[in-house]
Amino acid sequence: MDLLAQQLINGLFIGSVYGLFAVGYTLVFGVLDILNLAHAAVFTLGGLLAVWLVEAAGLSLWLAFPVSVFCCGLLGLLLDRVAFAPLRQRADSNFSGLISSIAMAIIFESAALGLFGARTVRFPAHTISVHIWRWGGISITSLQVEIVAVAILLMVALTQFLNRARVGKAIRAVAENDRTARLLGIHVDGIIAFTFFISSALGGAAGILFGLYFDSLSPDMGRSIELKGLAVIILGGMGSIPGAILGGLAFGLSEVLTVALTGTSNLRDAVAFTVLFTVLILRPAGLLGRKKMREA
Amino acid sequence: MEALSQFFAVYGSLFNFIGINALLALSLYLTLAAGQLSLGSAAFAGIGGYTAGILTMKLMVPFPLAVAAGSVLAGAVGLVIGLPVLRLRGVFLAIATLSFGEVVRIVVLNLDITGGAQGLVGIPAITTTSGIYLSLAVAAYAIARLRYSRIGWCFESIREDETAAAALGINTTYYKTLSFVLGAVLAGFAGALYAHLNYIITPREFGFSVAVDLLIYNIVGGIRVWYGPVLGAALLTALPEILRGTGVAAGPVRMAINGLILLLVILFLPNGLASIFMRIGKGRAKAAAHAIPEEV
Repeated sequence: MDLLAQQLINGLFIGSVYGLFAVGYTLVFGVLDILNLAHAAVFTLGGLLAVWLVEAAGLSLWLAFPVSVFCCGLLGLLLDRVAFAPLRQRADSNFSGLISSIAMAIIFESAALGLFGARTVRFPAHTISVHIWRWGGISITSLQVEIVAVAILLMVALTQFLNRARVGKAIRAVAENDRTARLLGIHVDGIIAFTFFISSALGGAAGILFGLYFDSLSPDMGRSIELKGLAVIILGGMGSIPGAILGGLAFGLSEVLTVALTGTSNLRDAVAFTVLFTVLILRPAGLLGRKKMREA
Repeated sequence: MEALSQFFAVYGSLFNFIGINALLALSLYLTLAAGQLSLGSAAFAGIGGYTAGILTMKLMVPFPLAVAAGSVLAGAVGLVIGLPVLRLRGVFLAIATLSFGEVVRIVVLNLDITGGAQGLVGIPAITTTSGIYLSLAVAAYAIARLRYSRIGWCFESIREDETAAAALGINTTYYKTLSFVLGAVLAGFAGALYAHLNYIITPREFGFSVAVDLLIYNIVGGIRVWYGPVLGAALLTALPEILRGTGVAAGPVRMAINGLILLLVILFLPNGLASIFMRIGKGRAKAAAHAIPEEV
């Protein structure tokens, strides 16, 4: 019983990182209807850059985190300028945007390889002090709590920003209908660029937390989370922020539960993708998605 | 003659890979021709490859029969998957086929008969270069003819506007499924040939990154004419060798060049490299049209 409880708690921790990754993913999809497959590469670069800042530049993690996140935001601006903005007027911008984001993913991944090498790295041992709390058979580390706290803080901040702030409302207006938004005097291209900034910054933050949680980072670490992130945003409904958060938690839980119930980790991803496949066929709009998204 | 045979001894396997990749790219082209974005081709190749490999290796089935069985099974799975999945559009279809591909890969990874992660080892190497290129010629010819048949026009109309095609009385479900199943059969066929090339196949050779590679071949080559995918597959498969010849070492730079080529093509040549040839052809046709005075 303790083991199961422990697994559930672990599932929530990793699920919050998935959620943070997926929120950025789904934000761009909600605004542009484009799947940004370079999101995972930004995630990787964010994590690796933070390690470099701590290790080589000697910054504390509390400084390296925002610096790396900001740099990832800049990468988002680059992505928009190079890969998405030139295609925006094209009739098949959904399709060509997907392809150009694959191209940018390859370029970013090669940059990660060139800048940080192919080896697996980790944060230096004393980057962050870790306490372990135990209740009975359950143990929670302060690192896990901090990761969840940061992830939840960022997700709540984003939700509040989208609901309250003027720019946030403008983002939602562009997501709803960019032509109307333009008529209302919203600087649509600027808003889209800003959306990419936020999305990529969140992706980079997820990369750092992921690296801290698993204590290992490599240039290809984005590969596995790329597909999981897709699963999460489908599950939650494309473009839905609360859906992405819940989807991330559900996905984290389903992973650990599959391992706990079958006793092996082999089938972990198979269950997740079977669920994804079924959701797509039975309820293409996802659990919290809006109906119109189906036509995208 | 001596030089030629030496050339072939060095680059023979490269030519084999080009042929196989061209066949695989054509299999995806069949599905793209009807406007359906599938990321499942690699999985169908895997189904064909493993089926044929197991048949010749463990059951001593004659090679042609095994290849046929692999293609038919891939096609049958394509039918079962295609019917529900093809109700989805665009990105959603891509994600559904992608999750199908992941499930296939994980299943193959966990079965005993497929050899798990080590792969299927000891498959007789029966496939010959001439066999590959004969198949490629037949497939390319059939696909080129298909384009101007009734089926080809139906595919084209569905790609341009599915609603309009349905309004014209085209059974869109039938033709979409047909394009998907034909693609699956050809992918299964190419996979079966591939399995008998190098004594061994592993699940990784049919994963997500391969599915993306096939899409890249199509985009770089162009998806408006049959020789686009062949061109893309040939160029991108040979590119590592070409780059090695010009002194570019393996690693980040080569990867970045791959990404850059894809990005430049999607930004500046939306119909792929083949559109250069098409433009030349059209120029000639125009010149010919000008030469003959129009009859009214």
